[in-house]
Amino acid sequence: MKILVPVKRVVDYNVKIRVKADGSGIDTANVKMSMNPFDEIALEEGVRQKEAGKATEVVAVSCGVAQAQDVLRTALAIGADRGILVETDAELQPLAVAKLLKAVADKEQPQLIILGKQATDDDANQTGQMLAALLGWPQATFASRVVIEDGKAIVTREVDGGAETLALNLPAVVTADLRLNEPRYVTLPNMMKAKKKTIESTTPADLGVSVESRLKTLKVSEPPVRTTGQIVPDIATLVSKLRNEAKVI
Amino acid sequence: MAILVIAEHDNATLKGSTLNTVTAASRCGGDIEILIAGYQCGAAAQAAAEIAGVSRVLVADAPHFADSLAENVAEQAISIAGNYSHILAPANAFGKNILPRVAARLDVAQISEIIHVCSPDTFERPIYAGNAIATVQSSDPVKVITVRTTGFAPAAAGAAAAAIENVEAVADSGTSHFVARDLAKSGRPELSGAKVIVAGGRGVGSAENFKIIEQLADKLGAAIGASRAAVDAGFVPNDWQIGQTGKIVAPQLYIALGISGAIQHVAGIKDSKTIVAINNDPDAPIFLVADYGVIGDVHELVPQLIAELG
Repeated sequence: MKILVPVKRVVDYNVKIRVKADGSGIDTANVKMSMNPFDEIALEEGVRQKEAGKATEVVAVSCGVAQAQDVLRTALAIGADRGILVETDAELQPLAVAKLLKAVADKEQPQLIILGKQATDDDANQTGQMLAALLGWPQATFASRVVIEDGKAIVTREVDGGAETLALNLPAVVTADLRLNEPRYVTLPNMMKAKKKTIESTTPADLGVSVESRLKTLKVSEPPVRTTGQIVPDIATLVSKLRNEAKVI
Repeated sequence: MAILVIAEHDNATLKGSTLNTVTAASRCGGDIEILIAGYQCGAAAQAAAEIAGVSRVLVADAPHFADSLAENVAEQAISIAGNYSHILAPANAFGKNILPRVAARLDVAQISEIIHVCSPDTFERPIYAGNAIATVQSSDPVKVITVRTTGFAPAAAGAAAAAIENVEAVADSGTSHFVARDLAKSGRPELSGAKVIVAGGRGVGSAENFKIIEQLADKLGAAIGASRAAVDAGFVPNDWQIGQTGKIVAPQLYIALGISGAIQHVAGIKDSKTIVAINNDPDAPIFLVADYGVIGDVHELVPQLIAELG
């Protein structure tokens, strides 16, 4: 069984982002970029399933600028067998990415596609679900456990009040939540081995997909700033202020 | 054209998230209609019909809707989508799971987690864990939108009742089957709509120590939440997690105990009216967002707080 894992290059989640003064977007010049943390978890899951003998090949795919190769190299070092870069400088929104991934999936014919549930830049939480719908496949989002058996994926999902378990017929799409696994560290020997693995390059035009954006960003602004708070010396003062000043109790 | 709200419900009752979503819908212009896809869901449909501002409730009742499987509910929404200019659902586990399938099949963009409606085609939404707000405009013929429920007040239950109509249920996709559910039952308020929330972090130290947090919550009639660190450490269940990838909350009062205040946690609490933090570390970033901070040991100060509250 082949597993396809899409991975996205995003601003590293530890970076304190700054909104550009002209409101046109986020300042990403010279900012550290990394693999989306949820995609790391998705990739780790794919590699573990392969190590458990449930899959024969893990293919990583990334859509975006040429530097997305860095994220694919990391994916190969974590254990993906091959990488695919769908290269474009165009702004990519989830619907376009889902269409690109569908085209890749039509060629690669995976039985399972695992994605991170959301990217930490746009926080959209759409691509996996959109891809599943375009492929006509079942989905299990926010997965905290995936078991592959008898042509099915038995997935436990985190939902608002706890957890639920679904059984999906393969092929299927799964999106990874935080607690699905803890990704391994990339070791130097694995990074060296990864250099021998291939990354093939293609473009949206090659795949026959139009990636035109549907949503126009009119402006990006800072969120409302909270007024500075105060440190209070003890609990008695705290309770008094909550009662008389903030009036919340 | 009308606006469709995909209701969250459990067949017997309507979930509060539907009411906040109806308010967001009311800002988009047009009659509001509600889709109830469920099984033996007459009671939920009745409750939906009583929401102020709703014109019509469409009910698709079939066994394969019993567990809100995304493949089936999305297909039902797609089957009636032609009548609507906007399709909305709450931005929680229910809505986020289902709605993107609808958008993709209609070949339109989805606008996730709106916090404000500027006009029927322009919306504000948080990005980068809420550290920036994007104003986006859609030129698609149908706007497919998930709604951050804390951004909109719940619609009132009106006296008038809208018409309830049955619609033909789409077939079961047959590709996904519900196996089991494990939901916590609690007498405490739900996190999403709670007016007061008490939350614990790594500083609480253990699952056992969370009992004192629970006592404080009981004293205040509060819901209980936690930071990712506390969930990962196994102190509390995963559905207690508040943050960028957990629950987004906006209570009147949020008390953060032993929580350092990482960017991703703060993302989930920024819209709270009053934030209180108790932490041993004077440099903890939580003090930068707290309205009131007390520096000290949670294990000493929380019992004092319980006592002081009388």
